Amino acid sequence: MSDLNALTIAGARDALRKGETNSVELTTACLSAIEGADALGAFVHKTPEIALDRAAAADARLAAGDAPDMCGIPVGIKDLFCTEGVASQAGSKILEGFKPQYESTVSGQLRDAGAVMLGKLNMDEFAMGSSNETSVYGNAVNPWRAGNSDAALTPGGSSGGSAAAVAADLCLAATGTDTGGSIRQPAAFTGTVGLKPTYGRCSRWGIVAFASSLDQAGPMTKTVRDAAIMGAAMMGHDPRDSTSADRPVPDFEAMLTGDIRRKVIGIPKEYRMEGMPQEIEALWSRGAEMLRDAGAELRDISLPHTKYALPAYYVVAPAEASSNLARYDGVRFGYRADMAQGDGITEMYEKTRAEGFGAEVKRRVMIGTYVLSAGFYDAYYNRARKVRALIKRDFEDVFAAGIDSILTPATPSAAFELGKEVADPVEMYLNDVFTVTVNLAGLPGVAVPAGLDKAGLPLGLQLIGRPWEEGDLLNTAYALEQAAGFVAKPAKWW
Amino acid sequence: MSIDTETAARVAKLARIKVEPEDLPALASEFNAILGFIEQLGELDVDAVEPMTSVTPMRLKRRADVVTDGDQQARVLANAPDAREGFFAVPKVVE
Repeated sequence: MSDLNALTIAGARDALRKGETNSVELTTACLSAIEGADALGAFVHKTPEIALDRAAAADARLAAGDAPDMCGIPVGIKDLFCTEGVASQAGSKILEGFKPQYESTVSGQLRDAGAVMLGKLNMDEFAMGSSNETSVYGNAVNPWRAGNSDAALTPGGSSGGSAAAVAADLCLAATGTDTGGSIRQPAAFTGTVGLKPTYGRCSRWGIVAFASSLDQAGPMTKTVRDAAIMGAAMMGHDPRDSTSADRPVPDFEAMLTGDIRRKVIGIPKEYRMEGMPQEIEALWSRGAEMLRDAGAELRDISLPHTKYALPAYYVVAPAEASSNLARYDGVRFGYRADMAQGDGITEMYEKTRAEGFGAEVKRRVMIGTYVLSAGFYDAYYNRARKVRALIKRDFEDVFAAGIDSILTPATPSAAFELGKEVADPVEMYLNDVFTVTVNLAGLPGVAVPAGLDKAGLPLGLQLIGRPWEEGDLLNTAYALEQAAGFVAKPAKWW
Repeated sequence: MSIDTETAARVAKLARIKVEPEDLPALASEFNAILGFIEQLGELDVDAVEPMTSVTPMRLKRRADVVTDGDQQARVLANAPDAREGFFAVPKVVE
């Protein structure tokens, strides 16, 4: 078989069982694709020895029969997941040299299912960013380019390395995490599928924490079917995460019938934003028509507190981050600054954190510190938590009124040029305008590639589902994927 | 609300992040831009709203109050920048 690295999970799974290939071949194909793709900055720690060992073990397991779906499938792991004995830096200098003594639950579940880890993937530092430009490793680069231009575009963020690696066929799929849109926005920028599950579906244990009440891991894949397969392998109850949901994980793939007749799809009027590019607006309308043509009913809905989601997020997320990132003190792991004569422990903390954190992380930690500080806690943090309750209620109301899922654009634009938006943090935050509500409300959301813009760049649509109903959500996404028939691939330049 | 350089310096101190005095004006102006964005939350009447405490309504699980893990000193210290004689080592602490 040619181009084994270009296979989907489902395609590889079936080929492995028919004996058309084996995991060592699949893994070797991915490793050589990775070797030739340093220009994409996607893989930041490569683990070829581990990969080949696991591939050989997977082949033995497949030969013995009854192996799980993910057995022998080569995947990339976002640098935010702790992986035993393998550098896990969350894209930060402050975790330089850190090699966890343990494996995160999610990457451990994938490993135990026989998935093959190819290496660690680039990301914004501590998952704070929408362009992968805050990474200590340097930028990840989008394999897509606009028209005949050779300008480097962002793959999005924070899971930029994951998105670039999947889009460029360096791996069959990758893990991502999503705190405000960090799976869905990069998926939309790279023509791939990204699923953020319901809060509590995937254990957060062993994933470097950014904002604990918003963080959720999920799969980044080439197709909706692959998201169903890999998503199920990542989910499940974990006693080591107190917010992990103790509920059964259904067979999502079996739910992909493509039949969405009588499903009610909400179109929220508040997502029609002023200044939104006409192409995004047109794509959104086309997506709605596709779902209607597939038998769904479209209904205009209102989510009245939408405009307050980003400001609420930029209180809640930095507040939780300032608390979570207090552990990086130069004592237990990672980087410690050189000290001057007479420096005490306070100077050690302050210098370590000043040198170890990048500008955006420092900014958010300090904003979080401010909104939690005496005198401002009620005005900012408590108020934001109340607004968050209102945003969640908006969704509960429309679901109670019979809406099954909600269709929105995934991003306010196609992938933009690297270096263009760095200057203004608030401008950068607007990237998450369509995705952040989903994190605040703890809902599942999925980005599906739905078309190309005039410059030939991919655009995505987002579907938002009821809590715990990823199966139904993925089935609607599957119907949209079938109707959109997105098959474009980036032309190889790297 | 406007943040001056003195407040920016206090926040940096609270966050244990060293900021050079000449960088404080730029930092204060970034804070003001972000806080200006956040100020929109003030438009809403939230007096009757309970703050959200848990994302999905669920009762936290309980478990027996027993030791389930431990005796891993070497692994705990394996990543420390400076560990000596089974302890994390830090500069002298003088209050």
